[in-house]
Amino acid sequence: MIKFEEVSRIYDGQTRAALANINIEIEKGEFVFLVGGSGSGKSTLMKLILREFRPTTGRIYVSGKDVAALPERKIPALRREIGMVSQDFRLLPGKTVFENVAFALQVIGKPRSLIRKVVPETLELVGLADKTGRRPDELSGGEQQRVAVARAFVNHPKILLADEPTGNLDPETSVGIMKLLDRINRSETTVVMATHDWAMVDQMRKRVVELESGHVVRDQARGIYGARA
Amino acid sequence: MRHALSETWSGLVRNLGITLAVIMTMWVSLSLFGAGLIAAQQVNLFKGEWYDKIEITVYLCTAKLQTGGNCEPGQDATDEQRAQIFTAIQNNPEVEAVYYQTKEQAYQEFLDVFKDSPIKDSLSIEEMQDNYRVKLVDPQEYAGLVSQLQLMRGVQKIQDLHQILDPVFKWLGALQWGTIALSVVLLLAAALQIGTTIRMATFTRGREIGIMRLVGASNFYIMGPFLLESLIAGLVGAVLASGTVIFGVWFIIMRNTGAGDGFRWVGWPQTGIAVGGMVLVAIILSVIPTVISARRYLRV
Repeated sequence: MIKFEEVSRIYDGQTRAALANINIEIEKGEFVFLVGGSGSGKSTLMKLILREFRPTTGRIYVSGKDVAALPERKIPALRREIGMVSQDFRLLPGKTVFENVAFALQVIGKPRSLIRKVVPETLELVGLADKTGRRPDELSGGEQQRVAVARAFVNHPKILLADEPTGNLDPETSVGIMKLLDRINRSETTVVMATHDWAMVDQMRKRVVELESGHVVRDQARGIYGARA
Repeated sequence: MRHALSETWSGLVRNLGITLAVIMTMWVSLSLFGAGLIAAQQVNLFKGEWYDKIEITVYLCTAKLQTGGNCEPGQDATDEQRAQIFTAIQNNPEVEAVYYQTKEQAYQEFLDVFKDSPIKDSLSIEEMQDNYRVKLVDPQEYAGLVSQLQLMRGVQKIQDLHQILDPVFKWLGALQWGTIALSVVLLLAAALQIGTTIRMATFTRGREIGIMRLVGASNFYIMGPFLLESLIAGLVGAVLASGTVIFGVWFIIMRNTGAGDGFRWVGWPQTGIAVGGMVLVAIILSVIPTVISARRYLRV
């Protein structure tokens, strides 16, 4: 589903590589934790999958397509296959929960009839069926992140990327979000989650890829946060 | 489409001040540009078919015309006189080329030129004159030929188009280039205003645009409202400027120039061309800065 071949990325004006010679293959339906300290390259890796920029060298395949070679006009189509959840929720403050989720479908031109059907289903899935009319500032942090997950998932992407989705949440709320991502993963969606939350990683026993200064230092099936293979 | 329209509307309202500024700048600059186009066309009308080809026209006597020159009243120039005049012109070293035009040809040209004007009924074929049109090697060296021909029988009148028209063209040319230069400066200002508006809009709507990009909205979907917004401002400016130019042509030229003065003045056809040019420039100058700044600030 996602394949990195000898990928390096050096940001403009820097000499040190943000990512260096990365080789990772993630299968369809897999759940992968990306761990590592700040600046280890986790976010860069996700941005490369989303084609926010090209790798300096190497190839990246996302559902069979060479992302680095993708012409600019085909980027929107790529991103429709990927859902993205970030640490800071990124909701639109003026819109209700329903409108925030519907927005993701509206802007890619989905018909209103479909939106009216799919958005309530998705809000049901994330456990917000009773809060569709609320605005983001009327919700708790955990609820806001559920809205963000709903928005990322409403178009049923093949891949869900989550960049420290629990970073701003307390442990109890984080467990809820984690369970939600797990449930989404079980519907055949590939999930890649960057996190600092070692307790969560240890508990889930999923594949763990650890980055350090842009290098993969560990890639372990059913891993835990701290251990080296 | 619904999104594009509602976003366009809210964008126009949100940036009402700057939108009005763009419209007003467009209005003034396009009016100037339109005036330049009108002046340019007026020059071409004055020039007619012959201005760029010849310097001197030698009109021959004709029976209908009683006045002037070396004519026998009520007589056409004779064949002998014509031959002498032609030989004189041809043998003059200052002459590069000479064209002979019969009164029938002259009448046909007159009809073509004034086909949409009441003037076309004011002259008959008998009032036309056979003439020689002369191109000189050096346009400044006309005096010798003119003084030579002035004495020849059968010559009714000698006219140097450049001597008559060049002073007029100096003013019209200044008007034309002055207005166009000023309009270019102002159009540049309008383009910068549009660019700045979009930059500001991408900041105020930054989060929204970020999400649109993230979930895979197409470039056109994101850019569409911005494009429509500047296009509308540009076109409103063009409509106002067209009104100004149309009024100006009517007020200054059409109202004051009768059918009888013998000059060709700009009218509705030329105004139509100027309006077309203004609308075209308005479209280009609202779309191009939008696309440039959108590509810069709305990068995927």
